Amino acid sequence: MKAAVLVFPGSNCDRDMAVALRAAGAEVRMVWHKESALPGGVDLVAVPGGFSFGDYLRCGAIAAQSPICRELRAHVDRGGFALGVCNGFQVLTETRILPGALVQNASTKFICKTVTLRVETAQSAFTARYAAGDRIDIPLAHHEGNYRIDNAGLAALRDEDRVAFRYEDTPNGALDAIAGVLSANRRVLGMMPHPERAADPALGLTDGSALFKSLAEALVAA
Amino acid sequence: MRAVVTVSLKDGVLDPQGEAIKSALGAMGFAGVDGVRQGKVIELDLAPGTTEAQVTEMCEKLLANTVIESYRVDLTP
Repeated sequence: MKAAVLVFPGSNCDRDMAVALRAAGAEVRMVWHKESALPGGVDLVAVPGGFSFGDYLRCGAIAAQSPICRELRAHVDRGGFALGVCNGFQVLTETRILPGALVQNASTKFICKTVTLRVETAQSAFTARYAAGDRIDIPLAHHEGNYRIDNAGLAALRDEDRVAFRYEDTPNGALDAIAGVLSANRRVLGMMPHPERAADPALGLTDGSALFKSLAEALVAA
Repeated sequence: MRAVVTVSLKDGVLDPQGEAIKSALGAMGFAGVDGVRQGKVIELDLAPGTTEAQVTEMCEKLLANTVIESYRVDLTP
């Protein structure tokens, strides 16, 4: 698996993402947001967490207009895989690659804690090594993680089995307890919790490892 | 010319900041407020020749996220 990790001014989980991908066997290149091309043969584009452009205007809004995001869009349109975590999920909604939007937490507070997620589907390259119904502990850290989508969009996510993860106990007010969603072709995943922070025994949490291993297995031949 | 872009959350989209402001006003003794919605105002100083259609495009592409927000443009000479 060849992966590119995008780096914006204010990204701060980019190296964690690279470490987690490499641990699963990926060949990883870091790609600055002003680049106008992705490295050749990239299977997966990872959009990391952080505070791109200081969260100015709306979280992810300015990053979504970066030159590299045009390439991200083209990569996704070609059927390429993409993973957005936290601010990366916000970037994926701001680019309209994924539906819905992330607004301020219902509590108005920044939340930083480990939460239990329920894996809702194993039918994706991201979740194949989990079983639907698995409970996994993954850290989250965000101020705008409150997922919102209109009724028609929510119905589509449910009907098409595109809710990848739900919160066991919703911390941020997210509609229908949604923590992560898949694109219609199931090749793009956006999620607020940080699997890359739960992918190394040294960090005390390893439930996120299976996500990266799932990807590596799915994309080994890609 | 100047454009004043007012961005508001659409009806039905939860506004935690608005709720917090409403709660604070209530705590201060202002009983007459049934609801608060917080938005943002973006002022653009436009170069000569910039059209309203261009400002609308700016709103659609960047200034508002039309999934959750609506916007209004007021142009003044």
